[in-house]
Amino acid sequence: MLSRRSFLQGVLASSAGLMLPGTVEAYDRGEVLATLLDLSKCVGCGECVSACKEVNKSKFPVPKKPFPKMYPSRVKVADWSDKQDVDDRLTPYNWLFIQTATGTWQGKEFEINIPRRCLHCLVPPCANLCPWGACLKQKNGIVRINADICLGGSKCKSVCPWHIPERQTGVGLYLKLLPSYAGNGVMYKCDRCYDKIAQGKVPACIEVCPEGVQIIGPRDEIIAKAHELAKKMNGYIYGEYENGGTNTIYVSPVPFEVLNKCIEKGPGKPHLDKVPYSMDKEEYLGQAVLTAPVVGLLAGVLTVLSKFKKDEGEN
Amino acid sequence: MLGWNKSWKRLFAILVGLLMLTGFAQMPIFKRYYIADLPGLGWTADFYFNHRFHYVLATILILMIFFQIGRVIASGSLRYVTWFGWIKVVLWAGIIITGILRVLKNFPDFYFNPKMVMYIDWLHLAFPFILGLVALWGKFFKKKYLICPYED
Repeated sequence: MLSRRSFLQGVLASSAGLMLPGTVEAYDRGEVLATLLDLSKCVGCGECVSACKEVNKSKFPVPKKPFPKMYPSRVKVADWSDKQDVDDRLTPYNWLFIQTATGTWQGKEFEINIPRRCLHCLVPPCANLCPWGACLKQKNGIVRINADICLGGSKCKSVCPWHIPERQTGVGLYLKLLPSYAGNGVMYKCDRCYDKIAQGKVPACIEVCPEGVQIIGPRDEIIAKAHELAKKMNGYIYGEYENGGTNTIYVSPVPFEVLNKCIEKGPGKPHLDKVPYSMDKEEYLGQAVLTAPVVGLLAGVLTVLSKFKKDEGEN
Repeated sequence: MLGWNKSWKRLFAILVGLLMLTGFAQMPIFKRYYIADLPGLGWTADFYFNHRFHYVLATILILMIFFQIGRVIASGSLRYVTWFGWIKVVLWAGIIITGILRVLKNFPDFYFNPKMVMYIDWLHLAFPFILGLVALWGKFFKKKYLICPYED
């Protein structure tokens, strides 16, 4: 019987060049994996987009129609089921799209193609603030949504600095609870092919890219590789520190501030702005929560002891 | 000696009320049901503010609860805790422990299995509901959590 290690090593060999050496061992140790995208190589052919759609087809929503009537009337349904072919933005049926930036920089014209999807933050607010445990973070750094229990409240989209997740109405657990009064479907986004990675394979978008734009590997090594690449091309890095750090690292020959001005932004089309760490205040306040029981307990004990001492003194 | 004066009781009630409000507001329903449209309640639809406010309120409440626990233990009064008191202790412990686990989960260096996170989230929602029912029942039947010589 093929051992897991031999299997993974076999897969590693077939994926040579797409996976950094040591990725399998890092996966076995439960280390965080990240992807590196060399934007100077991307020609915008869309192979990654097609592969993503193909591989994840079984995870796409199959909504029940007609949708339940929503109360109050301000609650709008989100239905992409008749527009499954849309591939120029993120939708519940399109978890990856190519954003194109054209412009001039340092007197030269440029066209940069940017594969856009969830960046898989190191400290993901979507998973940390989900009140229901539906949005989750895996030990290997993948952030994904459990479609079996997601109620489609869209909080993950609101708190995501890039507003990545997209909702499909008429599917999921809410239909079995209070379909008209709570929930509104399921949220969908890139899960970095977690099931393929669990089998030692690389995500579909990495596997099919004819230009070898992306590689995957342990985050520390991917970061080192990104710096090496940026130095070589005199380029710029995005994703290393955004929102406290992500597991998707872009390297571009054109600064991201310039790219951000040249891309179409809006619903389903995320920006490339600088993003401060969104969970920083929770870290400070969290320390206070953790200290409170000890401080409270000590204060209570000392109050009683000092009262006893005072009473003894008076007697 | 262990009883709380009116101001402390009022503060405790306000904290519990605000924690329930900010706790429910973790679910994206306040905007849906126009609550965030009410004057002065716009903040209930701001998920980050709500979350941080919940942390601040929880810190103060935990300080108060553990201050009281310290007083009960140091004065040797644990034996005066009634069975009703112990039910409340268990439920409060459930809320506080699951809350602390949620806080830990949000630190970058902590990792909990996703299934465990899901159960923690659900329990953190369930315990306050049960505690609310038990507290109502206690109010209705005039149950005390400490027996004489102390009043609660």
